[in-house]
Amino acid sequence: MTATTAHAGFRRLSGLGWLLANIATVTGRNLHRLVRVPTLIAFATVQPILFVLLFNYAWGGAIHPPGVQRYIDYALPGIYVLAIGFGASQTGVAIADDLTTGMIDRFRALPMARSAVLAGRTAADLVRNLFVLLLMTTVAYAIGFRFHAGLAAAAAAIGLALAVGVAFSWIFGLLGLLVRDPESAGIGGLLAIIPLIFTSSTFVAVATFPGWLQAFAKINPITVTVDAIRVLCVGGPAAEQIRQALAWIGALLAVTVPAAVIRYRRTTAT
Amino acid sequence: MVERLAVEARGLVKRFGDVMALAGVDLVVPAGEVLGLLGPNGAGKTTAVRILTTLLPPDGGWARVMGLDVVRQSGEVRRVIGLSGQYAAVDAYLTGRENLLMIGRLSGLSRSSARRRADDLLELFDLTDAAGRTARTYSGGMRRRLDVAASLVARPAVLFLDEPTTGLDPRGRLGLWRLLGELTARGTTVLLSTQYLEEADRLADTIVVLDAGTVIASGTPEQLKARVGGDRLELQASPGEDPTALAAAMVGLGSAPPTVDVDAGRVAVPLTDGPGILPDVAARLSAAGLRVSDLALRRPTLDDVFLTLTGQPTTTEPSTTDTVVVGRPR
Repeated sequence: MTATTAHAGFRRLSGLGWLLANIATVTGRNLHRLVRVPTLIAFATVQPILFVLLFNYAWGGAIHPPGVQRYIDYALPGIYVLAIGFGASQTGVAIADDLTTGMIDRFRALPMARSAVLAGRTAADLVRNLFVLLLMTTVAYAIGFRFHAGLAAAAAAIGLALAVGVAFSWIFGLLGLLVRDPESAGIGGLLAIIPLIFTSSTFVAVATFPGWLQAFAKINPITVTVDAIRVLCVGGPAAEQIRQALAWIGALLAVTVPAAVIRYRRTTAT
Repeated sequence: MVERLAVEARGLVKRFGDVMALAGVDLVVPAGEVLGLLGPNGAGKTTAVRILTTLLPPDGGWARVMGLDVVRQSGEVRRVIGLSGQYAAVDAYLTGRENLLMIGRLSGLSRSSARRRADDLLELFDLTDAAGRTARTYSGGMRRRLDVAASLVARPAVLFLDEPTTGLDPRGRLGLWRLLGELTARGTTVLLSTQYLEEADRLADTIVVLDAGTVIASGTPEQLKARVGGDRLELQASPGEDPTALAAAMVGLGSAPPTVDVDAGRVAVPLTDGPGILPDVAARLSAAGLRVSDLALRRPTLDDVFLTLTGQPTTTEPSTTDTVVVGRPR
């Protein structure tokens, strides 16, 4: 890493230090927004709590998935992913909004790292998701949820949910850059998540689906990741499921990160 | 090199599908000068600004900013430019100060320098009292001032302003003109795009008129106005009055003889000195015992520039602020 001084007050970092400084600045911006934009506050607080309570009390009496005593033990890992996914749809909205308001033009005309706007977005999402996961876990604990596989597995479950969140953030960041219109990005994001969530093992065991749907549900990345988080919560042999979940997350990131950065470098407001 | 060029562009071409946004545009801005890029919507002004600020690659031609190629040295170009784009691009949910701090940090300023610079700019742009409020509570004029301030954070060698006063009310526009006037007086090199002849006249050393992606005229504001003609006095004879008598009373008043439209009862007098002529007009009218039903002083508008240069009116809405109307507007 080298540092050169152009003139007074400038600290021209290059390489990693410069990238990290840029990402930190953009992350700070997004965290400020997170506590000031009413929609974002709602997506980060009210909605996750509602999901935990509604799904537990409305469906918990009717659905008895195998392998758990209480429905909330089965459902919470899925609700983690649902809440993170819905929250991530706001990332698409924010990126599209930055495009239409000219913020991205402003950033692109600055001597900053080309990936920092998207990476800073993702980093802020990570902070929000950690908060959301802890909030939901607390609420779930109050209504009977328990981690059954010990503290390390519980931490791994949260970590895996955060990793899913990183993939979601990049997917929706790319969507926002492609769709360009904030409202379309929001609707498009939810329309993409809802079918994937409901055709997965999020709320019911895949075995209860009709055969043709089972085939899809088994390869649905939501099923794969939710199952891996669930096994870390309720206990059981987890290695293979974690490996599959990480493979999905890695594959998604390998496609969306370069695609989003390339798209960002070329995009301008219209 | 005798004169250092801050911006030099040759033969810039940009196509968007079938649309030729720029069809071979040359632009030159000597260091320390202000170039006004004048043209209607769709003329290619924003495209030119985007190419020069590295946001868009040109399809043909080349451009340098402070000697740096905008395509091959885009990263270096971004270190010497400031851009205030077509929209007031500030984060509505950050305060004025937070916006400037963010831009300062992203421009490579240290934390303390960014803070000092933000405070200086807030002061300069008359935003100190509003510095702690989120930008969403700002008026359009304040947002624009914050946006221009943000483009100055890194003390750019060349400042690009893309239609800085579009969407502002007359008061906001005047306020921003005053600030930009102070800025340009200090020797900042500026490329300013605008739809308003008055704005270019007021701020620019040189004006380039762009239409449909082509430069159709360039020169100093004086040269351009000389081609278009200066202000024009229009007199409407009262019903029953002879407009030729009105014209006769105005002979020698303007820079050229009055013209009469007998059917419409209207007399037009080309002027070099606009409002200064009004007392003389009143004196001549009362001396001749003539009455008029309407009297208007028109300044040349972008429409007049285009009518003169191309024979075609612009497609933009006629601007009402460019006309000084005395009495009943017709």
